Amino acid sequence: MGVYLRPTTLEQALAALAAAPLTILAGGTDLYALPQTAPDLLDITRLPDLRTISSHPDHWFVPCRATWTDVLRSDLPALLHQAAAQVGGRQVQNTATLVGNLCNASPAADGVPCLMALGAQVELVSQSGRRLLELRDFILGPRRTARRADELVLGVRIPRGAAPIRSEFEKLGARRYLVISIASVAVVARAPSDLRIVVGACSAVPCRLPEVEAAVLAGKPLQIQHLAALSPIDDVRATADYRRTAVLQLIRRAYENIV
Amino acid sequence: MKISSEINGRTVVLDVPGERRLADLLREDLGLTGTKIGCNAGDCGACTVLLDGEQVCACLVPAARIDGGTVVTVEGLGPELAARFLLHGAAQCGFCTPGMLVAATSLLNANPAPDEAEVMDALGGVLCRCTGYRKIIDAILDRPVADDPRRIAKVDGPALVTGTARFGADEMPDDVLHVRMIRSPHPHARFALGDLDSIRGTPGLHLLLTAADVPGSNTYGIYPTGKDQFVLAEGYVRHRGEPVCALVGTAEAVQTDVPIAWEVLPPVAMGEGPDLHPHTPGNILIRGRVARGDTAQGDIRAAIAVETGFVEHAYIEPEAGYARRVGETIEIVATTQTPYMDRDEIALILGIPPERVRIIPTAVGGGFGGKLDLSVQPLIAIAAWRTGRPCRLVYTRAESMMASTKRHPSRITAEAAMDNEGRLLSYCCHADFDTGAYASWGPTVANRVPVHATGPYRVPNVLCTSAAIHSTNPPAGAFRGFGVPQVALAGEALLDMLAARLGIDPWEIRRINTLRPGDASGTGQVMGQGAALVECLDALHPAYLAMRAQRQTEGSIRRGVGVACMWYGIGNTSMSNPSEMVIGIDAAGRCVLFSGAVDIGQGSNTVMTQIAAAALGVPPEDVGLVAGDTARTRDAGKTSASRQTYVSGTAVRLAAEALRAEILRRANAGADAAIVLAGGKILINGLVLDPAAMKPDAEGLVLRGEGRFDPPTTPLDADGQGEPYACYAFAAQAALVEVDTALGTVRVLKIAAAHDVGRAVNPTLVEGQIHGGIAQGLGLALMEEYLPGRTENLHDYLIPTIGDVPEIEVFLVETEDGPKGVGEPALVATAPAILNAIADATGARLTRVPATPERVLEALRA
Ligand SMILES: Cc1cc2nc3c(=O)[nH]c(=O)nc-3n(C[C@H](O)[C@H](O)[C@H](O)COP(=O)(O)OP(=O)(O)OC[C@H]3O[C@@H](n4cnc5c(N)ncnc54)[C@H](O)[C@@H]3O)c2cc1C
Ligand code: FES
Ligand code: FES
Repeated sequence: MGVYLRPTTLEQALAALAAAPLTILAGGTDLYALPQTAPDLLDITRLPDLRTISSHPDHWFVPCRATWTDVLRSDLPALLHQAAAQVGGRQVQNTATLVGNLCNASPAADGVPCLMALGAQVELVSQSGRRLLELRDFILGPRRTARRADELVLGVRIPRGAAPIRSEFEKLGARRYLVISIASVAVVARAPSDLRIVVGACSAVPCRLPEVEAAVLAGKPLQIQHLAALSPIDDVRATADYRRTAVLQLIRRAYENIV
Repeated sequence: MKISSEINGRTVVLDVPGERRLADLLREDLGLTGTKIGCNAGDCGACTVLLDGEQVCACLVPAARIDGGTVVTVEGLGPELAARFLLHGAAQCGFCTPGMLVAATSLLNANPAPDEAEVMDALGGVLCRCTGYRKIIDAILDRPVADDPRRIAKVDGPALVTGTARFGADEMPDDVLHVRMIRSPHPHARFALGDLDSIRGTPGLHLLLTAADVPGSNTYGIYPTGKDQFVLAEGYVRHRGEPVCALVGTAEAVQTDVPIAWEVLPPVAMGEGPDLHPHTPGNILIRGRVARGDTAQGDIRAAIAVETGFVEHAYIEPEAGYARRVGETIEIVATTQTPYMDRDEIALILGIPPERVRIIPTAVGGGFGGKLDLSVQPLIAIAAWRTGRPCRLVYTRAESMMASTKRHPSRITAEAAMDNEGRLLSYCCHADFDTGAYASWGPTVANRVPVHATGPYRVPNVLCTSAAIHSTNPPAGAFRGFGVPQVALAGEALLDMLAARLGIDPWEIRRINTLRPGDASGTGQVMGQGAALVECLDALHPAYLAMRAQRQTEGSIRRGVGVACMWYGIGNTSMSNPSEMVIGIDAAGRCVLFSGAVDIGQGSNTVMTQIAAAALGVPPEDVGLVAGDTARTRDAGKTSASRQTYVSGTAVRLAAEALRAEILRRANAGADAAIVLAGGKILINGLVLDPAAMKPDAEGLVLRGEGRFDPPTTPLDADGQGEPYACYAFAAQAALVEVDTALGTVRVLKIAAAHDVGRAVNPTLVEGQIHGGIAQGLGLALMEEYLPGRTENLHDYLIPTIGDVPEIEVFLVETEDGPKGVGEPALVATAPAILNAIADATGARLTRVPATPERVLEALRA
């Protein structure tokens, strides 16, 4: 049996991470969904002051203990609400954290396309200090992040900008609830010419599509060729070809919904 | 780790590993077994509890997290919502019920007057495989229930809605040893067990069981001629998940790795590869055939080829149970649909007479055919027999999905021909079924299908054949409908194709061809007065027209309507399947029904009680029940083939009528005298019989009645001619669907279902069966396909959630006939109606299920 730590201060947590390799346990909805839990766990759910999503003049901060339910009850941009309402069922939303969703780095994680489209940054902390990484630099591949073993993700920062944000998240799954995305699309427009479109579940890491953004802004019809940056796979949920077709459609709809 | 928490209002202090799953802590450390485990992965919601007021999956929560917090489990909920669940029949098997109640409580605490959409959002994370969710929604919204004295609450319902019902995994005797089966990771392989002596000394390991350790026969199987399946494989495996050896000992010790050398062989698909069994050349297990007349008749013809995949039962309760040795008897307490067959099989496996095997079924958390085959029983029996200690085995979700039987995949070709008036003249069909590695219920499918393949229509010329073919896939067995849902996909599509050709409405074409009383079926059997499909179609018609009014066949989002009919022979095909019942009065003046029929959630305990009460002339609450214990009840046959209400129900009625006659004889009373059981006495029109003054028999009864019923059938000849069933149920269903033609997604908006049930003993239970069957039919049509090795969990294998099952309108068509079965009839027509609706909306005819978005899009573009 391994160790199970449940520190009550950030300092203790960081000291423990510096001392030995530990698996950080937040909501546990990814870690406990596996048949065997990891051997040595650092449970962060007692860390103080890291639950409440805060709203600042130039950004929002989603701390590492904030759950999907907290996201639903927040004033975060609409697409995060849409994503939160479609993650698992209520039980998962009540325990799973948005930060855990990023750290788990699944290609189908619903939080990732949304936060990429919002240009979010990940704040990491260790005994040697804090650093901010762009989300796209944080997630390196399926289940791989740029986090060092001694670091904890403190939270994500979402830039606000001056203008109101229009946004939409479209998730395609094969049933109504409790479903992993076949494909997902996050669209964020901060200004008529500032459009970001990110697609999930169609590449190792959710992927922004500048070509698609350009085509959409230019009013050009979307075509499969615009999706060259994606590398969808065939799996139990769908084939790669279907994913491409569906993504085009999801993008069209998401964009229609925000204009 | 020291943990202090308030659980159901009581402060509990525990010392447990912080990482322990809360679900295990509740069940094993605190005995709160109302919280169920269906998957241990967050996928089913059976373990839902309130943590600090919010619903969470107890299987995903580390024990440490409840320190200083509050937990509420089903045991801690108030009685009010539970009472509503009972009233509405919202609990069938009851395995999902604790999770449903907890999730609903979290909603109602925050929002006392939710709407339907809010209920769905709150319960979206709890799966139910039995109810189709509709009655759960009704219960939570406190909708009114139709006033009908037949709608009594389930007699075993209170235990289901309070978390006190005991399921297979809820029994944890002291001193228990654990059993773990080691299974083949390969579909086809030879193997040699390595140096077993090296692990025999493992502390806590009591036994390592191999094929050589099976005391009696190492093979078993449903059919006396087909004992082809191995308790433990003998150096050769034919499917992934086949057991090769087993460990018995402490929970830790049984996790020991067993050295096995595998020689992997190429997998064998249906119709390919070498013979898998010496007795099935060409891998053909069995063929079925019904032939009549000249199928060249008829000029207006249509043909179709349909393909279906494996479907998993996905009952939320994984297989589980324990066995213990009591002297020279073995007792098996496990989840099962068929105690008497289990008894006989275990007797052979242990090499002891059946009288020394006692099967005590637990509450069954869903079966649908999947718990007709042996699962945990052989190894817990052998382990307990050998060690003398109770031995327990609970399948993991992955194990349940990997090792249990499935619905047969099929490849079907069919052709139908009509005259200009739309009358069917001939029907030809051949269906190949992938029966997997072992026979299981393959012969039942192969025999039942040719009889039913035409659908419930009058067809003078018929040639319907089938084959069950072995492969290295999981054994395909019994699953609600025994192959009939698969062939109905072909037949109901052909009817629509021909109707379109002739310009006849799909509802109309069915009514033209309906098999009516006096008509002969493909086997030459003349339908009796109770064949009420015309009445079903007529009952359905207004709903069908209302759906048609919502059609939308242009634009990107389309709506279409489909209709389909079905018939289903109740009970075994041309085979004796008797049921025997005993009812009596004991010395204390209580009426007791001894029923060997196992209730798997469908409500047979309640139905038997109601039938007994009505025949005896007392209220149902006066009839006590002893159910399904092979030491105390007679053989009522298996809970399958939709037979219990019809076959066992008839036996119960005969038994209760015999008891009534005996009571009236003793009182010298006339046939219409009233019987009252009160204060330990029997009152008959003022006259008093005192049971305490009578001498009890061996079963403790002072007065008794016995009943036996075996439905009269005749054997089928070489052309399948004869009377295979004594009773047929009929149904017509209509579906309204919405198709997103850009994404290929399909949403079912409404289902209407008219069922000929003979007589509904309890309309609430009948509706529950219909709702649940429709939900499974919807899954078959749109999302369910089991891929061995790839979808062995409940997030890759998708079953409908509460948000996927639409409003269902049920019409019960009742006739002069006695009660018929409805369990399987509920499911058969749904998938064909949905596929017909997709075709109506879009013109695209799906010939492969499930109709995933991808397949729909492909069909739209073809
Ligand atoms: C039934 C079910 C349905 C689901 N449905 C969806 C869905 O629809 N969409 C979707 O996107 N996801 C879904 N998920 C996945 C899951 O809920 C999310 O990924 C969740 O957001 C993870 O958060 P968590 O707090 O539970 O993470 P945990 O399981 O605690 O951790 C996940 C990973 O992140 C690491 N981690 C967590 N927090 C930190 C931190 N602060 N610093 C560093 N590392 C950290 C952990 O070490 C671990 O590797 C589902 C899961 C289940 C069980
Ligand atoms: S057992 Fe916890 S969700 Fe299935
Ligand atoms: S009643 Fe819901 S799973 Fe059986």
